[in-house]
Amino acid sequence: MALTDLHGDIVADKLSGSVPDSVEKSDLRNVWIKSEKLIEVCQFMMSEDDFRMDYLNAVTAVDFIDHFDVIYQLTSTSTQQRVTIRVSLTGRDNLQIDSVTKLWGGANLQEREIWDLMGIKFTGHPNMKRLLLWEGFEGHPLRKDFL
Amino acid sequence: MLNDDWLSEGLSLPERTMGTDKKEGSEIQDLIANSSEPIPGNMVEVPDDLKNNLVVTSIDALVNWGRKSSLWPVSFGLACCAFEMMASAMSRFDLSRFGMEVFRASPRQADLLIIAGTVTWKMAPAIKRIYDQMPDPKWVISMGVCATSGGPYYGSYSVVPGVDHIIPVDVYVPGCPPRPDALLYGIMELHEKIKKSNNVKK
Repeated sequence: MALTDLHGDIVADKLSGSVPDSVEKSDLRNVWIKSEKLIEVCQFMMSEDDFRMDYLNAVTAVDFIDHFDVIYQLTSTSTQQRVTIRVSLTGRDNLQIDSVTKLWGGANLQEREIWDLMGIKFTGHPNMKRLLLWEGFEGHPLRKDFL
Repeated sequence: MLNDDWLSEGLSLPERTMGTDKKEGSEIQDLIANSSEPIPGNMVEVPDDLKNNLVVTSIDALVNWGRKSSLWPVSFGLACCAFEMMASAMSRFDLSRFGMEVFRASPRQADLLIIAGTVTWKMAPAIKRIYDQMPDPKWVISMGVCATSGGPYYGSYSVVPGVDHIIPVDVYVPGCPPRPDALLYGIMELHEKIKKSNNVKK
């Protein structure tokens, strides 16, 4: 069974109706949402009958120098659809975002890896510390300004 | 690795485990600070005044023949080089021709440590511990460019620039990864080295 990619604008339309003031912008594949609405949006994506996004493929982050994008790739095993949700974080110091480990347990290690390599803290995470590197390592090596 | 932090109740998971993590981290940081220079390997040198000693050289020859004919490696692999090491042990290349088909699961029963793969700083204390647990006499083969110098990861924030920064190395086998033939050649070179080694000096 083939997976279909949801158009970002359709998801954004649904979101702006149910979770007001949460969407920043959208395009063909992505929906950018505001970081303070992340948990609400994720809960909506899980429970809404049209989406039922019960599976989190990956959490990852990208350094765009002036901002970071935290990217959530969601898939529904029942409706066979997928969508990408992005959260933009401006600035480079003390970056924080809510953890989604309570919704998808698989995010646990991935969020720790993002903290380790990118330096984005996830509030509400049960065990927020370095995953791959050791305690005492200075810096976050996948940042563009690491070297 | 367990310490008392684990036993204390009522603390969150990071609070209970942070002590262990900090201990591991400081161990690694100390190792990085103390291993900026490579450790020279053992050189095979026969002192001039012992060269004509017939009795000692005969015992040397016998002991060294015994040692080189049954080198037991530790079953220890780090990265893709480990697969070439396993291939060397399989029937096509067959390490048992050298009396070393027993890859021991315990370093206390082994003579040879084949560093097969990239050595990261996080793995370095474990490698040092395995080397220290091996009884004398012991030899080390650095297999592949990663273990020899860091290879493609030279200058990386997490990779040791050559395993000889941590433990002394006897034979370096270049390649990425070296074919089993190359590893076998390295082992035969190690045999030559063992044959020439002097047991009185040490």
